Formats: sequence, structure tokens, C-alpha cells
Amino acid sequence: METILNFIQNNLEMFYVVILSIFLGIEVISKVPSVLHTPLMSGANAIHGVIVIGAILVMGNAADDNYLAITLGMIAVIVGTLNVVGGFVVTDRMLEMFKKKKKPVVQKENQPAK
Amino acid sequence: METNILSVCYLVGSVSFIVGLKMLAHPDTARKGNLVSAAGMLIAIVATLILSQSAGKHLHNYGYIATGLVVGGVIGTIAARKVKMTAMPEMVSIFNGMGGLCAALISVVEFGRLTEGYPVLHLLIIVAGLFIGSVSFAGSMIAYAKLSGKMKDVTFAGQHIFNFVILVAVLVLGGLLVGGCFATPALIFYIVVALSFLYGVMFVLPIGGADMPVVISLLNSCTGVAAACAGFLYNNPVMLTGGILVGSAGAILTVLMCKAMNRSLKNVLIGSFGKSKVASAPGKQGAYKEVSASDAAMILAYAHKIIIVPGYGLAVAQAQHTCHELEKLLIDRGADVKYAIHPVAGRMPGHMNVLLAEADVSYDLLLEIDPSNEQFPTTDVVLILGANDVVNPSAENDPTSSIYGMKVLEVWKAKMVIVNKRSMRPGYAGIENPLFSEPNTSMLFGDAKEVLQQLITEIKTL
Repeated sequence: METILNFIQNNLEMFYVVILSIFLGIEVISKVPSVLHTPLMSGANAIHGVIVIGAILVMGNAADDNYLAITLGMIAVIVGTLNVVGGFVVTDRMLEMFKKKKKPVVQKENQPAK
Repeated sequence: METNILSVCYLVGSVSFIVGLKMLAHPDTARKGNLVSAAGMLIAIVATLILSQSAGKHLHNYGYIATGLVVGGVIGTIAARKVKMTAMPEMVSIFNGMGGLCAALISVVEFGRLTEGYPVLHLLIIVAGLFIGSVSFAGSMIAYAKLSGKMKDVTFAGQHIFNFVILVAVLVLGGLLVGGCFATPALIFYIVVALSFLYGVMFVLPIGGADMPVVISLLNSCTGVAAACAGFLYNNPVMLTGGILVGSAGAILTVLMCKAMNRSLKNVLIGSFGKSKVASAPGKQGAYKEVSASDAAMILAYAHKIIIVPGYGLAVAQAQHTCHELEKLLIDRGADVKYAIHPVAGRMPGHMNVLLAEADVSYDLLLEIDPSNEQFPTTDVVLILGANDVVNPSAENDPTSSIYGMKVLEVWKAKMVIVNKRSMRPGYAGIENPLFSEPNTSMLFGDAKEVLQQLITEIKTL
């Protein structure tokens, strides 16, 4: 019990960030038109590729002779980058198609907002 | 100083994710939103490379890191550029799996680095990241195999119990491991790794193809949580916010998708399509009548109000451009032409909109499900192109059907329905469609693209 309380106390900012982020995520997504579900899923998919930073840290802090850590870290960096780059490029490609026919949408979407 | 700059960069990164996601949720800012998040990601990664320090030292092994970044970046770009629009769901699933694998690998390496006297909660986060990441990776790979048709649904007796036992075993072993109850934690750790992978596979295996978008969205959310675990581990705010944001956004998106299909998440995960398929499949297909392309062209050419219902068959045939051509031709002849888009038309919510947008179809011609259903009773002809389950009346009137309760397009209320399919084979959910034997339904067999081309040629000669 005390460990948990201490942990919360020591990481109070983290807890705030987590809880606020949860509400933020819900708030941001809840009004999205179903048209955008696929690009949005793909975009969110690219964002969790931020895990690649963890992979970089693993590699960057591994001792030079720790070949297991370096090998695994290397794979982690590759697949993490794949997630980030692939995710953003695919999302961009999907959204590029919307752009051509955007004009009628711009008017339609903007009116209720303003 | 350098650490301060790093913190600012992470702050910029986190904010750009939030702003980017917000912009992605609106059609007119979506593309920019994606670029904003990408820019934030770039800043965060570059800042980590240059500025990150641990115990007063900069990162090392730059050569390996750079190689990894380049290899991943090149493969990712090529794969994302080459993939066909119809194969998009598979691609998203693969990229998601890669993120999960990354999280799992980080946990494995971090576990190897643990020394005596580590905090228990540190280990808890490592094990949690490992479990979630592995499930997400293994599950995404199975989802990919299913979506690309490389694998069929697998169900066997007692599957749910088996899965439940694995899940409990993972959680118990993981819990005991964190509690420090074993003399050889490494061995148990690797058993947990193996069981997590197994659970990921077994969890997706029985779920039917039609429910796959929901599963991918759920796994997407899971990978987000795994990224957040790693953020906790390294006390890294950008990973934490990014991960949690995707975790919660993905969860909401999953619920929205379930709502669009009128299925509860519990039903998707536990009551798999596979079982009821056997019950409703045999002997239901009644008589149907066929119509030739020239007759269909005649009907379309003299109809006043036409609604096109595009489905997966259209996507497979890459016929969206031809379809747009037909629509223009009919509009030029004075007909009122609209598209009725079911939320899960194609294979993911919004997938069909992407495909039609690719073909330059105007946005205001696309109707969502409720406005479409209001329009059908006054519609002369409904042209169904390769859609099946989303126009199945069983969903409304046959409680034994596996899709009962799903919201469908009520095309049968129109005066006439022309269904283009390649054959009488059942659709994605594997069930028969009584619509095809309705008296006002005619079947027009053939590949969507060829049929559309025939229709265009015929209408032009009229």
C-alpha cells in the first residue's frame, strides 16, 4: 500500500498527464464523422509510433558489448520507424484524395462551425 | 541547458500530437493535421537523438540507430506508397503490429538490464508493456492474414475457455513475477512472453472478417497503451501523452465503429461470427432472376432517381473510376444520382469514402445511412455494386441471423433493385441474403468494372 502511495506521490505529474490525456483523446475523437474513421485510425496508428523514441533510448544506452540488447534494440528501431513513417505516409495518401474534392466540403463544414 | 531544450521539444511534440489529432477529425483540416503530428514526431525524435542524456552522457551506438532509422524509414515509405487503396486496412494492421513489436522488444531489453534492488512498479510497467505489446503484435499479424485472405476463421469447441485460461495464466504469472515470487524470474519472464504472443493469436483467430476493423482499432488502442507504458518507464512525457492519447482515442473509435455496426464490443470479442454461420447457411437461398446489361442500362437510363450502393466488390474490381463515369453520364441525362454509404462499406468505416474520393466523386453526392434510408422509398432504381451484408434484410427481420441487429441500408424499399455481384456466393459474414430473391430484385452478374463499362456503352447508344 505504502509503495503504491509513494509511487503516486513521486509521479504525480505523470498521473495528471495520463488522466488529462485520456479525457483529451475522448474529447478530440468523439465528434468525428464516420467518413474520417479510416484516416483517423491510421493517423492515430502513426502517432503511437512515438514508441520508437523508447527504442532509440534502449539502443543509445546499451553497452557497446551487449550484443543481445543492440540486436533487439536495432530491430525495435526498425519496426518503430516503420510504424511512424509508414503510418504518416499512408494517412497522407488517404487524405490527399479528399483534398481534390474539398471545396464543397469546406463550405458545408464551415457553415455550422461559424 | 540541453535537458531543458529537450523538455521544450517534447512539449512541442506532445502539443502537436493533440493539435494534429484534433485537426484530423475534421475533413477540411485533416491532411494538415497529419502533417502537424508528423512534424511533432520528427522534432521529438531528432531532439532525442541529439539532446538526450543518461547519467551525464549522451547516447551512443549512433551508427546502429541511424541504420535502423534509415532501413525502417525506407521500407515504411515504399510499403506505404506502393500499397493499393483497397489493401489499406491490411497495411494499417501491419504498421500497428510493428509498433506493438517495438514495445515488446523494449520490455525484453529493459528486463535484461534490471539489476538487484529495482522498484517493483518498474517491473510491473515492463511486464505490462510486454504483454500489451505482444498481444497487439501477434493479433495484428493475424488480422493482417485474415484481411488479405491468407487465413480463414478458426473456431473449435471450448475456444473461449482456452483463451480465458491463457489470459488468466499470463496475468497470474505476470503478477507473481512482479511480486518477486520466483527464484528464476528470467525463465518465467520468457514464458510470459510466449503466452502473450499465444494469447494475441488465439484472441483474433475466431473473430470473423467483418468484425476485423473493430479488432484493428482495439489493437491500435492497445499499442497506444503499450507506448504509454514505455513512456512511464523512461519518464518520457512525449511518449506518455502520445501513447495515452492514442489509447483513449482508439478506444472511443472502437466504440464508434461498434455503434455503426450495431454490435456490442462484447459480442464482437466473444460471440464470433463463425458459430452462427453453420446455423443459417444451408438451404435458404431462394430463386432469383437475372437481368442483362443492356436491360439494366435501359432501366437506369430512364430512371429519375438512382441510388448507387458501393461495396467491397467495387473496391476489389478497382471500379470506382468507372462508377464515377456512369454517375456523371446519368446526371448529364438528367437523373438524380446519389451514393448510399454504409458506415462499414468497404472493409473499414470510411474506407469507401476514401475510395470514392480517389475517383473524384463529389462529396455532396455521398449519403450516410440514415438519410439514405429516408430516400429509398422514393427511389426508382438502386444499383448495388458488390455490397452484400450491408443490404441484407435478415439484419432486420431474422433473429437467427448472425448479423441480426446490425443497421443496414433498406434498399428493398426502392421500386427496383439491381444487384451486381460476381456470383451467388455469400458475402464477408458468410450468410445468405434474402434480398436477392425479392420480386423487385434483379441480379446482374459479372466483375463490377466490366459490368459498369458495359452499362456506360449501352447507355451512350440509347
